[in-house]
Amino acid sequence: MTAVLAPSTLAKPRLPRWAPFMVAVAAIAIGGLLGLLLSWGWVAMLIVAGLIYVFGLPAWSRVLEGPRTAADRLMTNVVWGAFVVVCVPLLWLLIMVIQKGAPHITGHFLTTSMRGVFGSMEGGILHAIQGTVVVTVAATIISVPIGLMTAVYLIEYGRGSRLAKVITFLVDVMTGIPSIVAGLFALALLVMFFGPAFRAGIGGAIALALLMTPTVVRSAEEMLRLVPSDLREASYALGVPKWRTIVKVVMPTAIGGIVTGVVLAISRVIGETAPLLVTAGYNDSMNGNLFSGRMTTLPVFIFNQYKTPGATGLGTNAGDPPGYARAWAAALVLIVIVMILNLIARIIGKIFAPKTGR
Amino acid sequence: MAKSIDVTDLDIFYGDFKAVEDVTMTIKAKSVTAFIGPSGCGKSTFLRSLNRMHEVIPGARVEGKVMVDGQSLYDPNIDPVEVRRRIGMVFQRPNPFPTMSIYENVLAGNRLNAKRMPKSEADAIVEKSLRGANLWNEVKDRLGKPGMGLSGGQQQRLCIARAIAVSPEVLLMDEPCSALDPISTAAIEDLIHELKSEYTIVIVTHNMQQAARVSDDTGFFNLKAAGQPGHLVEFNPTKTMFTNPDSPDTEAYISGRFG
Repeated sequence: MTAVLAPSTLAKPRLPRWAPFMVAVAAIAIGGLLGLLLSWGWVAMLIVAGLIYVFGLPAWSRVLEGPRTAADRLMTNVVWGAFVVVCVPLLWLLIMVIQKGAPHITGHFLTTSMRGVFGSMEGGILHAIQGTVVVTVAATIISVPIGLMTAVYLIEYGRGSRLAKVITFLVDVMTGIPSIVAGLFALALLVMFFGPAFRAGIGGAIALALLMTPTVVRSAEEMLRLVPSDLREASYALGVPKWRTIVKVVMPTAIGGIVTGVVLAISRVIGETAPLLVTAGYNDSMNGNLFSGRMTTLPVFIFNQYKTPGATGLGTNAGDPPGYARAWAAALVLIVIVMILNLIARIIGKIFAPKTGR
Repeated sequence: MAKSIDVTDLDIFYGDFKAVEDVTMTIKAKSVTAFIGPSGCGKSTFLRSLNRMHEVIPGARVEGKVMVDGQSLYDPNIDPVEVRRRIGMVFQRPNPFPTMSIYENVLAGNRLNAKRMPKSEADAIVEKSLRGANLWNEVKDRLGKPGMGLSGGQQQRLCIARAIAVSPEVLLMDEPCSALDPISTAAIEDLIHELKSEYTIVIVTHNMQQAARVSDDTGFFNLKAAGQPGHLVEFNPTKTMFTNPDSPDTEAYISGRFG
């Protein structure tokens, strides 16, 4: 008797393997049919079909397999659905930028500036790439030492002290500063010293550094916190002074994460427009001098090209002013730069990660 | 070079909490001294106060005297960094530096202090220390590999090699075998026997057989009650301790009739 009962209590009815596929086909069919009957667009059809699938499969499962499996299927569908919904705008954005930008990226576009370019002449973005690199590097040089040392103070010296709490609070406040406010601050600071008409890359660098510093502090702090105190004690027990312990043991152990954090902070600020617009201004020619003359960065270039796209061409490009094309192409270049930076961060993180190989 | 340590009326605090009370003992040079006792009775805390590692923890402080070689360790003009160079320490969990190779780990005490030395001398120190820690034969072909790639027992012996590479006068060991298997434990106990000829060794252990096997003198720490400071119940030669202890508490603890 028990021999017969035992398997019957363990085995449960299961939906056939092709059930999800069937439901998907049915969902698309119903969605498509409804859409045709009510003359919706294809986006609405897809949404309806997706909803039917997400809830239809669990409903069938509930009848056949019972509530627990149905709940599992529902949650699986919801999680996957959320993933797809998140991916759509990202892919859409990438496809759009590549579609509109890629045709205009030529050797000429990447190696000339906009100096003397008018009408439907091709022009280029070399000056903007140069400006972006110069300003961002300067911002990194300013913010990384400050951020890193703040993090070292917070973790190694100020643990739990009142000053550390105040600093943590201020860093949190700084994270929330709108970028335009940082830009106005940098402008006000420089105007105080150099007069009201002063525009130069250094102002942009200061503004970006203001935005980067809290991110650097936060990420470096987390990384330093992760270094086990065993290592510090091991170092102290060898008679190594505290500062050497920090420089030679704690920092190298955390360096991978710190570098990753810094690069992510850079890729966050490299796309800033507003603070650079007010501090570094706009310029059509090459300018490598951080301290004098206006300097264009890629985001500001994009903004300006879109704002003043020039006259609509008469020939093949009729209807699309030349500035739009330049803006899309520059946007694509900016995205590529950010992606390269992220790749570099990952590679550096890998290289410096503590090794456990045998 | 090995030094003896005289401890007089030592009280140890974490903030306002008194963790260890009124310890007086003399740790002999070139011998092994073991501390036993239940968890939380202050053995490790006491051990850490012997090379001023105790004060690494915020709020921790010490009252009383610890004399090494006629110098009081807690004098205001004593540099704790210098103390730790002379009195090395091995921890409960093996903690090799993850960014360094086996070779660099052994030399860490010298390298981190920016001591410059020719390659030949460095090689000699590495070999001597690794031989001293009974690890040389196992790792001599892969000195450039990361120290974290070794097994737990090997890592612990690497940490011992690192500690003896700076030629300390005293070696403190805080439950060095508690995370190790019996074979690695035996290797480390053999090592302690060998190191005894050159160093003063102080070891904290939860394993009474281990204390009986390796030590010349044994101190038994105990708590009067939960929340009370730990204190030294008895300090005697190990033989006396395990055959004919002065205190009935010691006998109860050693024979497993505790509490």
